[in-house]
Amino acid sequence: MIDFSLTEEQLALRDTVRKFVQTEIIPHAHRYDVSGDFPHDVIRKAWENGLMNPAVPEKFGGLGLGITEDVIMNEEMGAGCLGMTTSIAVNTLALYPILIGGTDEQIKHWITPFLNEPHLASFCLTEPGAGSDAGSLSLHAKDEGSHFVLNGSKMWITNAGHSHLLTVFATTNKELRSKGTVCLVVPTKTPGVSMGKHEDKMGQRCSDTRAITFENVKVPKENMIGQIGDGFKIALKTLDKTRTPIAAGAVGAARAAMEYSVKYSKERKQFNQPIANFQGIQFMLADMATKVEAGRLLCYQAAWALDRGMHKQGSYYASLAKRFSADMAMEVATDAVQVYGGYGYTKEYPVEKIMRDVKLVQIYEGTSQIQRVVIARHLLED
Amino acid sequence: MSTFLIAEHKDGQLKRVSLELLGECIRQGTTPTCILMGSGNLEGAAQELGKYGASQVVLLENAQLASFSNEAMANALHAYLSKQSPSGILMGASWLGKELLPRLAAKFQVGIASDCTEFKLGTPVTVRRPVFAGKCSKQVAFTGAPAVFSVRPNVLPVGEAKGSSPKIEKVAAEVGSPKAKLTEVLASGQKKVDLTEADIIISGGRSLKSGDNFKILFDCASVVGGAVGASRAAVDAGYAPHDMQVGQTGKTVSPKLYVACGISGAIQHLAGMRTSKVIVAINKDPEAPIFQKADYGLVGDLFEMVPLLTEELKKLKAHS
Amino acid sequence: MNILVLVKQVPDTETKIKITSDKKSIEKSDIKWVINPYDEFAIEQALKTKETLKTGTVTVVSVGPDRTVDALRTAIAMGADNACHVKADQELDTYLVSKALVEVIKKENAQLVFSGKQGIDDDQAATFGYVAELLGWPSASMVIKCDVSTDKIAVHREVEGGTRFAIEMPLPAVVAVDKGINTPRYASLPGIMKAKKKEIKTYSLADLGLGSEAPKTSVSDFALPPERQAGKKLSGDAATQVKELVKLLREEAKVI
Repeated sequence: MIDFSLTEEQLALRDTVRKFVQTEIIPHAHRYDVSGDFPHDVIRKAWENGLMNPAVPEKFGGLGLGITEDVIMNEEMGAGCLGMTTSIAVNTLALYPILIGGTDEQIKHWITPFLNEPHLASFCLTEPGAGSDAGSLSLHAKDEGSHFVLNGSKMWITNAGHSHLLTVFATTNKELRSKGTVCLVVPTKTPGVSMGKHEDKMGQRCSDTRAITFENVKVPKENMIGQIGDGFKIALKTLDKTRTPIAAGAVGAARAAMEYSVKYSKERKQFNQPIANFQGIQFMLADMATKVEAGRLLCYQAAWALDRGMHKQGSYYASLAKRFSADMAMEVATDAVQVYGGYGYTKEYPVEKIMRDVKLVQIYEGTSQIQRVVIARHLLED
Repeated sequence: MSTFLIAEHKDGQLKRVSLELLGECIRQGTTPTCILMGSGNLEGAAQELGKYGASQVVLLENAQLASFSNEAMANALHAYLSKQSPSGILMGASWLGKELLPRLAAKFQVGIASDCTEFKLGTPVTVRRPVFAGKCSKQVAFTGAPAVFSVRPNVLPVGEAKGSSPKIEKVAAEVGSPKAKLTEVLASGQKKVDLTEADIIISGGRSLKSGDNFKILFDCASVVGGAVGASRAAVDAGYAPHDMQVGQTGKTVSPKLYVACGISGAIQHLAGMRTSKVIVAINKDPEAPIFQKADYGLVGDLFEMVPLLTEELKKLKAHS
Repeated sequence: MNILVLVKQVPDTETKIKITSDKKSIEKSDIKWVINPYDEFAIEQALKTKETLKTGTVTVVSVGPDRTVDALRTAIAMGADNACHVKADQELDTYLVSKALVEVIKKENAQLVFSGKQGIDDDQAATFGYVAELLGWPSASMVIKCDVSTDKIAVHREVEGGTRFAIEMPLPAVVAVDKGINTPRYASLPGIMKAKKKEIKTYSLADLGLGSEAPKTSVSDFALPPERQAGKKLSGDAATQVKELVKLLREEAKVI
């Protein structure tokens, strides 16, 4: 039968992350949103308490936590601040290609430093000309025998300005499309790698987002994960694993927006009574709650399937979770601003930030439109 | 079987809570034997107890009782009381009372109830005490004797002052061999009380008109060991630094007493202090929204009222 | 050195308290149970002490029903080495809990016992002192500074009005800590995973020789505080209003 309960460890995990978020993230979220500064301190504390890199298997010294645990953590962090969540969680995205496609030696070599120091990594797939059409990569990796030479650029790379390591997807031959792609591990300090300016974004403003330019960057063949032709596959497998926790972050943000709205509606009085007495408000709150629960359940279902090795089904559920959670979070956050009225429109109250933050979830890690394409494809195949 | 009241003094000056407990016992028809502990400075306090109705005061004297030692005090009390068949032993729930009574109860291996707001002497002795940070209260009945309990100060009224000199019995206190030693008394520096920890907050709004004027709030707060807060309007106008701001984008506080001076009571400010136990509003404008939230509202000029409040609080403190 | 921490599991501070229909207790069904916040400071102080002395073990002990084990596991996740659970489903009082804790302290051969200054459910602030007296050990409460060496302990404790006492005690001793002494560490994720596998020693009251003991107090008649009354505007001139206010604050509201 279906058991919706979490294990003792999962509950303990949720409690500790929730506590961390309340003490270390929420009090500072507004300040970092305004300044756009990078939350170094918060990331360090998150690392010190084991909140980063949860997926590294135990045999390599990590916690070996599954997607379900990642989902629980991301929901809690998302309820605090999506910008900080992204900054903390994007290591998982960046390091997964190595965990998925790398040899044991490669994993030991590249991943161990992240367990010993609060190092950051970036996942470099998107380009100025390759967003949803991620297969049409232009960053060129010229095969020169013992090494590749990279030329081209990447766009919208998270944590770029503070990363130690980049996992880069490039093409050896544009005409082969995905079959020519390659995944390379590139230390950020490699000559020829240069970072653009920190983008001034609508939301998730403390999350560092930049363009990266590669000018004749020499990358040794040992840094290749898998073989030539495996790149794109590795990228997709990575995204299969991270899509659900990203969705959970949106669930957390939406949950926070809903909780703020419920609280405010009890305090704010108009027409001599709390606005919570009005059905117009009540209906909005009820819809918020329904959406949040539904989003969470879709995330848990996807995590359950993925943790059990049900790759195809899990990937499908993950698309459902991401599509739904991102879109509903935007609806919930928008309604939260509405419940708060004029006050909600100002930065003095937390809901307009949530609205600006969740908009990005509809765009990154596969737009809501691409998710629909994927879902429909799954439904229509024979 | 009889009732014993452990009376408390500070350098020979009797603490008010002892008179509150004495008054209540007498109101219930029991004159407790009062006990004072110390070294050579207890006569004045003993006479004060007599004035308020005590007929018998026992002075437990020993040099080691001149300063704080929970072991010496518990040893001395037990040595004396174990010979008296006490049915009840009570003390004010001061920091000392709360610390001492559990050790004393352990010597008798009996039950203990701390910080009670009501008590009824009888068989059995029953008390009422707040729990869950005061969210509710419960009645506790003692099985066996003595019933050992401390009573919260400032809850019960002091009795009538009409009595005469009490019978005073001096007893050499048996303090045993205490292991802990008080090595130093560290006086407080004028430490600024943290806003989020303060029990009492005096807060100012834009009506203070300048940063200098906030001095009248600081003067008031210092009498009661409170902190000073400010509304966003006052902070925005530069009258107070941001770390004093109470409200949506400032600090959230939950003191026992919040006095809002010249603060209109906008929803952003209320968000920061609405869980205060008691809210007082002082404002010239009788229509100010803050009065809807205040337990006590004073319509008037804060520049007149706050200094008067400071004076009244000073008077009150002198009588504690 | 064996350092023991007395830990209590209590309802979360945000819990809305509901009284049972027989008024003998509070409704326990919807409660989120947490480690008593003051005990977190105690656990942290014990861990810090062990780190400073570079020797010793930290053992946490709690008395309560099965759910108490969660609190013990959280303490282990914070870094405690061992945990003891005294399983007791019935309502206990300070007397009985203290007697049970004393037996465990003796079994564990503890030299130093930390506790929070009070449990935020019962607010008695009595157990640590009761335990100390039963053991014949010195104790200090409201401790905000604590330095331990191999045979003695020096503390600063709050008194009132900002005054503090500096107290020295030989070991063994009981120290009840107050907020502000330290910042408790989080139960880290690696800690939580390790705690899962740790064995917890379990005792019944009978195991501790207390099978036939009963509490020395009984509880009844839980009641909610009176409803907050509507505010009142005072009248008269400034001086009259202020005098009236101070009187009301002392006698009616009882906040000064």
